[in-house]
Amino acid sequence: MRLQQVFTSYRPTKPPPGPGTFPHGVHPPERKDFSLDAPIEVVPPPKTLKLPLLQHVGQPCTPLVKPKQQVAFGDMIARGEAFISASLHAPLNGVIGKTAMTTLPNGRHVEAIVLNGEGEQITGQALWDDIFGGEWPKKQYQAIEPQVVSDAIHAAGIVGLGGAAFPTHVKILPSDKKPIHTLIVNGCECEPYLTTDYRMMVEIPDAIVSGALLASRAVGASRTFIGVESNKLEAVEALRLAAAGAGIQIAVLKTKYPQGSEKHLIKGILNREVPLGGLPADVGVTMTNVATVAAVARAVVRRKPLTHRVISVTGGGIVKPKNLLVPIGISMADIIEYCGGLKKTAARIVAGGPMMGFAVSSLDRPITKGTSGITVLSHEEIKKETETVCVRCGRCVDACPMNLVPTKLAMASRLKDLNLARQYSIMACFECGSCAYVCPAALPLVQLIRSGKAMVVREGKK
Amino acid sequence: MADLSQQKTEAVIHVAPSPHIFNIETTTRSMMRDVLIALLPVLFTALYIFRWSAAKQIVICLAACLAGEALFTRMRQRPLALWDLSAAVTGVILGLSLPAPAPWYIGIIASFVAVGIGKMVFGGLGMNIFNPAMVGRAFVMIAFAEKMAAGGYVDPDRAVDVMTQATPLTAFRQAGMPIELSDLFWGLSNGSIGEISAAACLIGGGYLLVRRVASWQIPAAVLATVFVLAGGANLMNLNSSWTVWHHFFSGALLFGAFFIATDPVTSPLTGRGKWIFGIGVGVLVMLIRTFSGYPEGVMFAVLLMNACTPLINRWTRPRPFGSW
Repeated sequence: MRLQQVFTSYRPTKPPPGPGTFPHGVHPPERKDFSLDAPIEVVPPPKTLKLPLLQHVGQPCTPLVKPKQQVAFGDMIARGEAFISASLHAPLNGVIGKTAMTTLPNGRHVEAIVLNGEGEQITGQALWDDIFGGEWPKKQYQAIEPQVVSDAIHAAGIVGLGGAAFPTHVKILPSDKKPIHTLIVNGCECEPYLTTDYRMMVEIPDAIVSGALLASRAVGASRTFIGVESNKLEAVEALRLAAAGAGIQIAVLKTKYPQGSEKHLIKGILNREVPLGGLPADVGVTMTNVATVAAVARAVVRRKPLTHRVISVTGGGIVKPKNLLVPIGISMADIIEYCGGLKKTAARIVAGGPMMGFAVSSLDRPITKGTSGITVLSHEEIKKETETVCVRCGRCVDACPMNLVPTKLAMASRLKDLNLARQYSIMACFECGSCAYVCPAALPLVQLIRSGKAMVVREGKK
Repeated sequence: MADLSQQKTEAVIHVAPSPHIFNIETTTRSMMRDVLIALLPVLFTALYIFRWSAAKQIVICLAACLAGEALFTRMRQRPLALWDLSAAVTGVILGLSLPAPAPWYIGIIASFVAVGIGKMVFGGLGMNIFNPAMVGRAFVMIAFAEKMAAGGYVDPDRAVDVMTQATPLTAFRQAGMPIELSDLFWGLSNGSIGEISAAACLIGGGYLLVRRVASWQIPAAVLATVFVLAGGANLMNLNSSWTVWHHFFSGALLFGAFFIATDPVTSPLTGRGKWIFGIGVGVLVMLIRTFSGYPEGVMFAVLLMNACTPLINRWTRPRPFGSW
C-alpha cells in the first residue's frame, strides 16, 4: 500500500539543474545510527529554564517581564526591537525568577531570563499535538500576502534552527532589491551524528512542506527545492509523499561533508556559485533549514511562537541516545539526565555536531534556539595523533570546499602575516573543519585560521 | 541532578576547538611508512641483482641518515623525531640512488649532506626546498666525480654480472649499443641500485598512488612529457634503435617519477601546480639526457624543479569558491 502510494505520488519532474554535489569536501564517518531510529520524544517540563536574551545573530532582545511576574506558555517575555533580532516567548506556564547571567554554548556570557515552571503544564502527546500535530495545509497560499508571512515569523521569534540562528524574518522577506527566484530548504544535515533534521523530515514532513510553501510565497520564489543527502532516503520518501502535487521538488544530493553549507547546497542544486563574500540572495536564492520552515508553518498557520525545538542527544558517551522535543532554555544537565546520563568513557560534550559544534565546559549551559543537538563523544571518538609538522601533502587543499589553501592560511596566521592571509582569501573560510579533519600532521588548522580571521577583522576595525 | 552534573563535569569534560573528530588513519608517519613499503619491490630487486653491494649501500645510508638526524636535531635542540620515519625514507632513497661499487664513505657523506644541508638548515622536515636525498646525491656526484660518474658504475672485478657492464644509457651514448627492452624492464642491467628494474618501480609506484601517498599528477605529467618528447624524436628518426620505451625504462626515470619527484614537501600543493612541476621534470630530463654531458638527468631535473616550486605555488593559487 505504502509503496504504491510512493509510485503514484512520485512523478519524476525535470531534475534540478545542479550536479548534486560540490568539488572537494570530506567523508567523515556518519555515525548517525546512535539516534537514527529513535522517534522524537517529548521531554517532561523541567523546573527551571534559562532563556538568554541573545541567542541569535544580531541585537539582544529587551525583557518585557519582571521577576515574580506570572507568564503563560507562549507569552512574549522579551521583544526583539532591532531589525536583526528575535523575540523570546515563554515555553512554560510559570513565574519569572531573578535575571541571571549565563554562558552560551559558544562561550559568550549573556543575560538570561529565568523562568520557573508553576501550575499545570501541557506535556507529552498533548504538547506534541499542539506543536506539530494536526493537519498542515498545502494549498491556497496564493491568497496569503507575503508580508503577512514575514510578520508572523517576526512575531514568533523564529531564527535559523540549523545552527546559524540568524533571524528568519530578515531572510524570508519580500524584497524588490534582490529578486528571489528559488527557495531552498536545507535538509542535508551533513554534520556527522546529528539526526534532528532527519527525524523531523521523517515524522512531520507535512509541516515542513507547508512551511516551505509559505516561505516560498513570502519571498516570491517560483521554484522550491528541499535538499536532502542520499544517506536519508527514508526522509526523501516521506517528503515526496508529503509534497506530492504541491510544486516542491526534493533534490537528493551526494552524501559528503559539508553538503549542508549554504553555498555548497546552492552549487549542488542549482550549479550557481554565491560570489565570495556575498549572500545567496546575490544569486536569487533564499535558503532556510527544514526545522525552521516547520516553525514558520506553526507561526503562520497556528499563530504560535517558537518555544520548543528538536535536538539530537547522541554520541558514544551518552547512555541512551535520543531525539527530543525540548523547551528552549532547558539546561544540558536536565537533558543528559533524561538520556540516562554520561558513560564513564565520555570525554567531550559538544553543543551541535562534531565538525562545527562547540565543546562546553559545564552542563549548566542552556539549549538555545540554534542548538541542533548535544554530541557526547568518548575518548575513542576524539582520538587525535600528536601534532607534527606540515609536509605540504596537499590533503587540506583537496579537502577545502572553499578551494582555499588551509596550510598557507594557517602558516600566515601563525606568523601574523595578514597580507598573505588576505591574499589567500582567509575570510572565505567558514570553519567547516574539513582541513583539520584530514590533516595527517594533526595541525590545528581551523583554530589557527580562526585566530587569523580575528586578527584581520580587528585590523579592519582600526 | 546537580550532583550528577558537577561530579561528571569534573571527571570527564575536555574542551577543545572544533572539529572534534579526526581521520587518524593517515598520519605523517603512516605516509612515510607507505613510502618505505612501496620501496620494497625496488629493494628486493636491488638485493637480488647486486647482492651485498646493494645491502651495503642501503644500510650505510640508512644508518648515516638516522645518525645525522639525531645529531642535527640535537644541535638544534629540538625533540628527536626519528619515529616520523622521514630520515629513514631519505636514507633508503639515497642508498638506492647510488651506484653499487661506490665506496662506503660516499654513502656516509651523502647522508650527512642530505639531512644536514638538504633538510636541517632550512628548518627541518617540511621546511626544506630541495629533496634531501637528491641534495646529498648531487653533492657526492660533484665532489667524487670519478666515483659517481658513468665509470663509477662499472667494476670489472665483481662477481655480479651486471656490474661489469656500462649502464644502458652510457653504453648507448658512447657505443650506440641499445639494450634489450626486456632486460631494462626487469632490471637485468647496470645502474643505480634502485633504478634498474622498471617493473619494481611500477609496482611500488602503483602502491603509492593507490594509497594516495604520492599524487598521481606528478608521475603522470613526467611520463607523459617524456613520452611526447621521446616519441616525437622517435618519429623523426624511425630507424633509431633507442626508442621511446628505452627512455621510459632506462635510468632513473620511473624511480624518480614515482619516488623522488613526488616528495610532497618539495613539490607543489595544487593539482595544476603538480602538472606544471611534472612537465618541467620531464622536459629537463629529456634535455639533459639528449644535450648535456651527463647520460642521465633525473636528479638535476628534480632539483631544478624543486627550486621552482614556491613560484609554481604562487602561480597556481586556487580560485576560491565563488570568485572569478
